[in-house]
Amino acid sequence: MVMAVDVDLDLVRRARAGEFEAFDRLVARHERRVYNLARRILRRPEDAEDVVQETFLSAMQHLAGFREEAAFPTWLLRIATNHALKILRKRRGLRTVPFEESRGRDESAGGPIPPPAYIASWREDAERVADRPEIRRLLDRALAELDPKHRAIFLLRDVEGLSTEDAARALGITVANAKVRLLRARLKLRERLTRSLGDPSTRVEGHAHDHDHDHGHGPSSGASRDAARVPGPRAPGRPIRRRFHP
Amino acid sequence: MKRKPSVYRPPAAKAVRRFSLSGTPEMKCQKMLRAINDYVDGVLDPAICEGFESHLAGCNPCQIVVDNVRQTITLYKAGKPYPMPVGCSRRLHRLIRERWKAKPE
Repeated sequence: MVMAVDVDLDLVRRARAGEFEAFDRLVARHERRVYNLARRILRRPEDAEDVVQETFLSAMQHLAGFREEAAFPTWLLRIATNHALKILRKRRGLRTVPFEESRGRDESAGGPIPPPAYIASWREDAERVADRPEIRRLLDRALAELDPKHRAIFLLRDVEGLSTEDAARALGITVANAKVRLLRARLKLRERLTRSLGDPSTRVEGHAHDHDHDHGHGPSSGASRDAARVPGPRAPGRPIRRRFHP
Repeated sequence: MKRKPSVYRPPAAKAVRRFSLSGTPEMKCQKMLRAINDYVDGVLDPAICEGFESHLAGCNPCQIVVDNVRQTITLYKAGKPYPMPVGCSRRLHRLIRERWKAKPE
């Protein structure tokens, strides 16, 4: 069996030798993946198209610089991420902080991770519901609500399957920073999805996260307030059992 | 019909040290949260992993959170990609062909 990696490498070598059809096939093999990443990071189809075009033009220009120790799609996604970040930066203008980390902006250093507020088992298994249109809309909405820097790391790492190191390199951030961003992204998505997909009868209380945790939830987050205000119905004999920590 | 919720079941707890015995409850919670990623990805340091699993065995909310995170990732991975518009693909291939011809050898 010919591995996809070998097919890519063969095409890259032929394209380097001047064969246009080989490069055109590389484009055909990977255009959808690049488009999807860009579309999910930037959301606007026209921006995604810009990224796809810029990515393959850059790839064409720098094909000689592609080092074969990285997989070709990983290299492409790195280029695509760069172009997507440029568009994000343009959108944000000069007034705001840059997307990438700068001095004092390394998230790995500190800042507490917001604790889970709505904790309940999902009503159905993820794999069974993934194709439903309403679930797809929910996923898109949840992703759109994320900060772009959290969205980008989640897409690269968990949807595209890049290693944390490759994802960090694509984003121009440290591995430690990538890990913290990924954690924040996953926890935010978990929170958002569980509020829609969680089974209220399985709901349990998390750790209150204030010092006086015998007196219920602290007022620090809207999510905690919501959780305290709208307790889901609980099955008889299944009181809120444990705090997030014993 | 209501299905029995799928909750992650960790392996039976062994007699190992607790995940964290020191610090305030908030610190324990932060440590637990920070370890969730590595645990879900299967790359948590074995020494910490034992403590993590021991904690999980006795903590239903943590079990649910770990399971939720796994399901969240599964759901996004299983999601269908956006179809690439035909026009977008056509324009891309045309552009590539033009630039290929124009590029210096």
